[in-house]
Amino acid sequence: MTGKTLTLRLKVWRQDGPRAAGRFEEYDLPGISVDMSFLEMLDVLNERLNSDGHQPVAFEHDCREGICGSCSLMINGMAHGPRKGTATCQLHMRHYRDGDEIVIEPWRSSAFPIIKDLVVDRAPFDAIIQAGGYISAPAGSAPDANSVPIPKEASDSAMDAAQCIGCGACVAACPNGAANLFTSAKLAHLNLLPQGQAERYSRTVAMVDTMEDHFGSCTNHGECEAACPKEISIDFIALMNRDYVKAQLFNRKLAGQRR
Amino acid sequence: MATATAPAKRKRELPWPITFYRSAVGKKWVMAISGVIGLGFVVVHMIGNLKLYLSREEINLYGEALREFPKHLLPRTVFLWTTRVVLVLALLVHVHAAASLTRMNAKARPRNQQYQSPRDYQVANYASRTMRWTGIIVLLFIGFHLLDLTWGGGGADFERGDAYNNLVRSFDRPLVAAVYVIANLALGVHLFHGAWSMFQSLGVNNPRINKARKRFAQGFAALIVIGNISFPIAVQAGWVDEACVGTEHDEPCEPSGLKF
Amino acid sequence: MASNPTATVTGLDSKIPAGPLADKWTNHKFDVKLVNPANKRRFTVLVVGTGLAGASAAATLAELGYKVVCFSFHDSPRRAHSIAAQGGINAAKNYRNDGDSVHRLFYDTIKGGDYRAREANVHRLAEVSTDIIDQCTAQGVPFAREYGGLLDNRSFGGAQVSRTFYARGQTGQQLLLGAYQALARQIHLGNVEMHNRTEMLDLVVKDGRATGIVTRDLVNGEVKSWSGHAVVVATGGYGNVFYLSTNAMQSNVTAIWRAHRRGALMANPCYTQIHPTCIPASDDFQSKLTLMSESLRNDGRIWVPKNADDGRSPDQIPEDDRDYYLERRYPAFGNLVPRDVASRASKKEVDAGRGVGPLKNGVYLDFADAIGRLGRDVIEERYSNLIEMYDRITGEDPYQVPMRIYPAVHYTMGGLWVDYNLMSNVPGLYVLGEANFSDHGANRLGASALMQGLADGYFVLPYTIGDYLAGLLGQPAVPTSDAAFSEAEANVSDMTKRMLSVKGTRSVDYFHKELGKLMWDNCGMARSRETLEKNLSEIPALAEEFWNDVRVLGDGESLNQSLERAGRVADYFEFATLLCHDALVREESCGGHFRVEHAQDDGEARRDDENFAHVAAWEWTGAPSAPVLHKEELVFESVHLATRSYK
Ligand SMILES: Cc1cc2nc3c(=O)[nH]c(=O)nc-3n(C[C@H](O)[C@H](O)[C@H](O)COP(=O)(O)OP(=O)(O)OC[C@H]3O[C@@H](n4cnc5c(N)ncnc54)[C@H](O)[C@@H]3O)c2cc1C
Ligand code: HEM
Ligand code: HEM
Ligand code: SF4
Ligand code: F3S
Ligand code: FES
Repeated sequence: MTGKTLTLRLKVWRQDGPRAAGRFEEYDLPGISVDMSFLEMLDVLNERLNSDGHQPVAFEHDCREGICGSCSLMINGMAHGPRKGTATCQLHMRHYRDGDEIVIEPWRSSAFPIIKDLVVDRAPFDAIIQAGGYISAPAGSAPDANSVPIPKEASDSAMDAAQCIGCGACVAACPNGAANLFTSAKLAHLNLLPQGQAERYSRTVAMVDTMEDHFGSCTNHGECEAACPKEISIDFIALMNRDYVKAQLFNRKLAGQRR
Repeated sequence: MATATAPAKRKRELPWPITFYRSAVGKKWVMAISGVIGLGFVVVHMIGNLKLYLSREEINLYGEALREFPKHLLPRTVFLWTTRVVLVLALLVHVHAAASLTRMNAKARPRNQQYQSPRDYQVANYASRTMRWTGIIVLLFIGFHLLDLTWGGGGADFERGDAYNNLVRSFDRPLVAAVYVIANLALGVHLFHGAWSMFQSLGVNNPRINKARKRFAQGFAALIVIGNISFPIAVQAGWVDEACVGTEHDEPCEPSGLKF
Repeated sequence: MASNPTATVTGLDSKIPAGPLADKWTNHKFDVKLVNPANKRRFTVLVVGTGLAGASAAATLAELGYKVVCFSFHDSPRRAHSIAAQGGINAAKNYRNDGDSVHRLFYDTIKGGDYRAREANVHRLAEVSTDIIDQCTAQGVPFAREYGGLLDNRSFGGAQVSRTFYARGQTGQQLLLGAYQALARQIHLGNVEMHNRTEMLDLVVKDGRATGIVTRDLVNGEVKSWSGHAVVVATGGYGNVFYLSTNAMQSNVTAIWRAHRRGALMANPCYTQIHPTCIPASDDFQSKLTLMSESLRNDGRIWVPKNADDGRSPDQIPEDDRDYYLERRYPAFGNLVPRDVASRASKKEVDAGRGVGPLKNGVYLDFADAIGRLGRDVIEERYSNLIEMYDRITGEDPYQVPMRIYPAVHYTMGGLWVDYNLMSNVPGLYVLGEANFSDHGANRLGASALMQGLADGYFVLPYTIGDYLAGLLGQPAVPTSDAAFSEAEANVSDMTKRMLSVKGTRSVDYFHKELGKLMWDNCGMARSRETLEKNLSEIPALAEEFWNDVRVLGDGESLNQSLERAGRVADYFEFATLLCHDALVREESCGGHFRVEHAQDDGEARRDDENFAHVAAWEWTGAPSAPVLHKEELVFESVHLATRSYK
C-alpha cells in the first residue's frame, strides 16, 4: 500500500466495428496509482478520452473478481497478462514499472470476431455447451442428493474442471486457436461424475465435433494451461481425447451411434 | 448477431472410420499411432545399424537376416515387405494428417494478422512449434536416404546387399555426412515433442506416469540422435572405413568394423 | 422538499392461500389451474435475465412445454452476476442430524429478516429448499463432499445448525452453470430462443396486462418489440445505486424501474444490506468493492487503535492500545454478530477517526491469535483462497499484516412487489430472484439468496404461472404492431436520442459516483430524517445537472457502453429518490434499515411493530417526488415478534 504513481505508454487496438479496419493508437497515461487494477487503469484512460472528446475504449468486464469470465485482454502478447492464474480484472498495476509500454489487444481467434475495440464475440463457446454440455435432468425428476455417494476425489477433480470461467484465454493463447482446454474442462466436469455417465459418450462426440466446427486443433503446446486464470490442467485434454476415441471406435453403442 | 439459438444438427452419412479420421482429435490419434510405428522403426533401425561397428559380415548378415525373417515360417522377404508397406502407409497418413491439421489451424488464427504484437510464449517450446518443419526435413531425408542406401542412386557406387560398404562409401563424402547429421538432429527435435505429445493424443495420461512421459521423450530423442549421427561421424573420423572386397583368405586384409 | 404526508392506500392483496402455514403450498399447488401439455405450446413466455432465477425459470418452463424467449444483456447467459456468489446455499436437509428442519429454516429466515417478511412465502421457501439440492446434484453441481462420498455442510451467519451446501468458494458459479446448462439444453432442443447482448428497456402493458417488452440490441442498437402471454423479470438487485458495492459493474435497476414506471409497485426499496467484511477502497478510482467471505470472522479478531491518530504500524501497537470493540460491546456473540450490527459498529469507529490504512477507511481483521492458537497451516487450509485474493488485490500478506476490512453494499432486499404467486400487481408480470422483494424481509441471511433464486425459478413459478395462463387459453398474444408497442418503442428511442443529444462536459461515471457518494453518506448504514431530506433535495438537482451536462459520445447504432450506462444511471436517479423517500417514511430501525432517531439508549436498533409491520409498496405517479404508498399488512400467525439481541 503506497501512494506511488506510474506514467505508462499504452498501445491500444481500436476498431470501430466488426467490419471496420482497425489500428493501434498510442496514449501516454500519467498518474496511475500502483493500487489500481488493470481495468481501473483503463477506466482512467476512458475518463480522459471522454473529456478530450474521443470515444472511450470498449472492453468487456463485469464482476471484476475473476469469476464471470467477461474480461478478455491480450496484454503484451499474453492472454490476461503476465500473472499466473490471474484474470485481467485481478491484475494490478503494482506489477508494472514507471514508463512501461503496454500493448493491449483483443483475443486472437478467427472464431472470436471483434465487435468493437477490445470486445469480441465468444458465441461459439455457447454453441459447444448447447451441443451437449449438460446432464439431462428436468426439474422435479431428481432423486435425493445423497442417494448417489460420489468419491471425494472424483467430485474434487470434477470441481477442478468445473471452475472454468469461460473467458476464452485458452483459445487466445493457443498458437493453433484451439478450444480444447475449454471443451475438455466442460467435458471432464460432467464425465467424471456418476450423474454424467448416461450421456458421457454422446456428449463427448457432440461437443468435440461442434468445437471443431469453430476452432483449431490441439498440438499439445500447453500455452492454454499457462494462460488459464483458473490454471485448468491439460490432463483434461487427454481425458477428452480418450473419451472421444472410445466413443468413435469402441463404445459406439454407448455413444448412441448405430453405424 | 445478438441471438444464440440452436445450431443446426449436422448429419454425417459416412462410414465410421472416415467420420473418425475427419475429426481433428481422430487425426491426432492416427498421427500418434503412426508416430509410434515410426518410433519403433527408428529404434530398431538404429540398433541394426550399430552392427556397422562389428564387421561387414555382421551388418550384411543382418540385412540378409531381415530378408529371411522369420526363417522357415514365411517365404523370404514376405515379412520385410509387409513391414515396408506398413511403414509407407504410416508415413502417408502421418503426413496427410499433419498437412490437413496445419491447414485447419491456419484457418483458426485471426484472418487479419496485422494487429498482433508478437505472441509471448509461456511454455510452448521450440520443438512443439517446429513440428511441421522438422517433419518435412525428415520426409525429404527419407527420400534421399532410400535413394542413397536402398536403391543406389545416391551418387556413391552402390552394390546391392553390401550395406556395409555402401554406407561407408556414402558417408565418406563430407556433404552427405553433414546431411545425415542435420536430418537426424531434426528428427531428434521432432521426437522430443512428438514422443511426449503422442501420449496426450492417445489419452495416455495418469498422474503416476506423467513425469515419466516427458523423460521418455527426451531420452528417446537423445538415444536416436546420438546413435544415428555417430555413423557418419565415425566414418568421417576414419574409425570405420571401407572393407576390401573379394580378397582371398590367405592374403591379409585388415578387418572391417570399428578400430582405433 | 416535502416528503410527508404521503398518500396511502391500504389492503394490498398478497393472495396468500388459506389453511395452516405448513399446508398452504401443498394445497395451493393442488388448487391452481393447470395448462394441459398440448396447450402449453400455444403460450409464449418472455424471460428477462439469466441469473439463477431467470435461467432456472426459462429452462423449467421450456421443459414443461411453454415457448420461451429469453434475454440477457451479457454476451452469454453464464455471465449473470449470480456467478460471483461465494459462500453457499441453505437447505433444510438436516443431513447433519443437528436438529435442522423446514420449520427451523423458516424461523431463522423470518427472524433474520427482522420480522418484515411474509410467513407464507418464507415457509414455502424452506419447504422447496431441499428439492433444490437434489435438483442441482442431479445436474452435476460438484458440491463439496466428505470422504464417505456424501455431501458436506458448513454453518453460516445467523444459524445454529450446519445447513449450508457449498462448492469451494464458488457456489454461485457452480449453481449458475447448472441452470445455464439446463437452459442450453432447451436452446438446443429449440424450446428456448436466447437473445444475448439484448437489454430490456421497457415493459409493454395493454388493458392492464403485461403483454411484452421492448429491447435494444447492444451490438447494432436495433430497438425491437417482443410479445408474449406473460413476462418474467429476473434482473437482479440494485445495489449499484450506491456506485461502490460488491455487485458486478453492470448490475442495475433499469428493467424493474421501467416496469415500475409502467405501473408495477416497488416494495421496501430502503431495505439494503451492508456486508461487514469487504476490502476497503484504495483510492478515488476504485470501481467496485470485493467481498471477503464472512467465514473469516470465525477466526479473525476485529480491532482498531484506541487512539485516533495512532500512526504506528499494527504490529507496533500493544494490546492495551487496541480496542476489540465487537468483543467489548457484544460479549456473547463477539466478532460473530450479524452483518448489520457488525457493519454499524465498524462505521462508528471509522467515523470517530479510528479507521486504519492510508485512507483511514478500514478496521483490522487480525489472524495473529488464531495462527498462534491453531498454527498457520490450519488457517491456510481454511482461508487460503481468500487470503490469496486479498494479497492479490492489496499486495499485503495477511499472515504478516492484519487484513483491513470495511462494510460495503452487498444485497438489496427490496424490489418489485409480488404476491404469493410471484406475480406483480400488473397481471402477467412475474418477478423472480433478487429483483423481487419477497422472502428476506429487512435483512437477508447468508446463503439464502441463491436458495430463493432457484426456488423461484425451478419450483415456484412453473406451478403458479399456469394459473394465470390457463385463463388466457385461446387468446393470441398481442401483435407487436399494436399501438402499445410502438408507443413503448418510441419511448425507448427518444430516451436514447435524448442522452446522445445532451453533449455536455461530464462523463456518466462522474454522475454515478456523485450519486453513490450521496447515497452512501446520507442513506447508507445509518440514516436520519436530516440526511434523507438532504438527499431528497440534492438527488433531483444532480439528476437535472446530469440531463444538462452529461457527455455520451458515439451513436446509438453500434456497441456504445457509455450509452448503456447513461440509461442505467438516469434510472438510478429516480430510483434513489424513491429509496430515500421510503427510508424517510419508515420511522423505525429494522434489519438493514437503521434510523438513528430510532435506536435504544445503547445505540441498538428499535423496531416499531405497532406502526410498521407492513410492506411499503410504492406506486409511480409520474413525478419521482410524489409516489403513492400501498400498504400490505404483515400478519404473523406462527412466530411471535421479538427484539433481536446479540449481547
Ligand atoms: C459478491 C457476492 C457474493 C454473494 N454470495 C452469496 C452467497 O454466498 N449465498 C447467497 O445465497 N447469495 C449470495 N449473494 C447474493 C446472490 O448472488 C444474488 O442475490 C443472486 O445471485 C441474484 O440472482 P438473480 O438471478 O436474481 O439475479 P442476477 O444473477 O443478478 O442476474 C441478473 C440477470 O438479468 C440480466 N439483466 C439485468 N437487467 C437486464 C435488462 N435490462 N435486460 C436484459 N437482461 C437484464 C443480466 O444479464 C443477468 O443475466 C452474493 C452476492 C454478491 C454480490
Ligand atoms: C515424414 C514427415 C513427417 C512430418 C511432415 C511430420 C509431421 C508431424 C507433425 C506436424 C506433428 C505434430 C502433430 C500434432 O501434434 O498435431 C507430428 C507429430 C509426431 N510425429 Fe511426425 N512427422 C513426420 C515424420 C515423422 C517420423 C518419421 C516420426 C517417427 C520417427 C514421427 C513421429 C511423430 C510423433 C511420435 C508425433 C506425435 C504425435 C502426436 O502428437 O500425437 N513423425 N509429426
Ligand atoms: C545415420 C543413420 C542411418 C543409417 C546409417 C541408416 C542406414 C541404412 C541402411 C544401410 C539401409 C539399407 C538397408 C538395406 O537395404 O539392407 C537403410 C534403409 C532404410 N533406412 Fe536408414 N539409416 C539411418 C537413418 C534412418 C532414418 C532416421 C530413417 C527414417 C526416419 C531411416 C529409414 C530407412 C528406411 C525406410 C530404409 C529402407 C528399409 C527397407 O529397405 O525396408 N534410416 N538405412
Ligand atoms: S479453460 Fe481456462 S482459459 Fe479456457 S475458458 Fe476456461 S477458464 Fe478461460
Ligand atoms: S495451447 Fe493449444 S495446442 Fe493444445 S495444449 Fe493448449 S490447446
Ligand atoms: S471481469 Fe469478471 S472475470 Fe474479469
